[in-house]
Amino acid sequence: MIRLLLWILGAVLLGGIVHLSTVLAMPQTAKQDAYSRLAPLTPVNAVAVLPPPTAKASLMPFMDPAFAVAVCRYDISSGPLKFKAPVSQAYTSVTFYTRKSVAYYAINDRAAGRRSIELDLMTAEQHAQMPAEEDVTAADRLIIESPTTTGLILLRTLAPEPGLMPMARRALGGAQCHLEEAQ
Amino acid sequence: MRLFFGSCFTLVLAAVVGLGATWLTLTRGVAFGALNLGAWTAWPKSGSVDIDPYARAIISRTGQLPIGTGDGVAFYARRDDAGNAFDGRCTFVISGSTPAARYWTLTLYDTEGRPVANTIERHGFTSAEIVRETDGRFTISVAPRARPGNWLPTGGIEQFVLVWRLYDTPIGVATRTAKAGPMPAVARKDCS
Repeated sequence: MIRLLLWILGAVLLGGIVHLSTVLAMPQTAKQDAYSRLAPLTPVNAVAVLPPPTAKASLMPFMDPAFAVAVCRYDISSGPLKFKAPVSQAYTSVTFYTRKSVAYYAINDRAAGRRSIELDLMTAEQHAQMPAEEDVTAADRLIIESPTTTGLILLRTLAPEPGLMPMARRALGGAQCHLEEAQ
Repeated sequence: MRLFFGSCFTLVLAAVVGLGATWLTLTRGVAFGALNLGAWTAWPKSGSVDIDPYARAIISRTGQLPIGTGDGVAFYARRDDAGNAFDGRCTFVISGSTPAARYWTLTLYDTEGRPVANTIERHGFTSAEIVRETDGRFTISVAPRARPGNWLPTGGIEQFVLVWRLYDTPIGVATRTAKAGPMPAVARKDCS
């Protein structure tokens, strides 16, 4: 009897380890995460406007249908990236995600405080290599450090009512996303 | 022989316990740091690098992108204030006011996170288009058939999820109690 209880205790402990390791491994092994879903539809380091979510087809679950959404799938392994988005009349936000869908930075139009949101995206290494004086003169430039070399930038513009959706989608068309030396 | 059977039994039981617990937590949506305001639950940390491992596993498995902390916060509801599960064949009435935010949107999804098909192509409301009382409060009828005022059609589906997203809001990681943000009340009325 005691022997059986010991076997069960061992099984529960081992089960706990299995549980924790599968939860921790999930982001590394998931085949259907947001990046994988967007990869076949979006170019690298360019802005692509996403189709609105409908009952039949929704690119990702729980997308807000009141928003027009554009995505820039970035790869900054060869250099920093420049991102620029015009601000719409209602509400605009930019959110940065790692390759594994962790939102590491988000800013809205009011926090950006200008007519357009301009951001420089680079890795911590690239940031460290930037000349110091350039860093100072560029004080009004927002520099974002990406924890990973690939990821997603999501640009979202609110259409306060359905009739304003075409305008919100047009506003996304003015967004730019490209590597710095490509200019 | 006894040792052999014992280890086989332990390994199989460990696999069942471990994978079962993982499956349960990921499908039931267990995550730490939940903020409960009435029927509404948000996980403000999910929109930052402080996201917990369970929430990370859930978003990578389902393929969603959580709303960033600097953007806003999303409240989910699957039941009304009395604990009745959202059934698309019943009428639910949402009333009251919302915490401070520049904009908010309310959206109805099926359990997979897709908008629900309906004849008037309405999947939700924004704070700008809602019809309000003179004191700024509002009432929204979530119902299978047309209602006067703010009608959010359910399409008659068996189960639905409501998501209330507040944009540019002080509600977030630091919010602890309902005092900071009274969320609207949700009550079930008649079922057809």
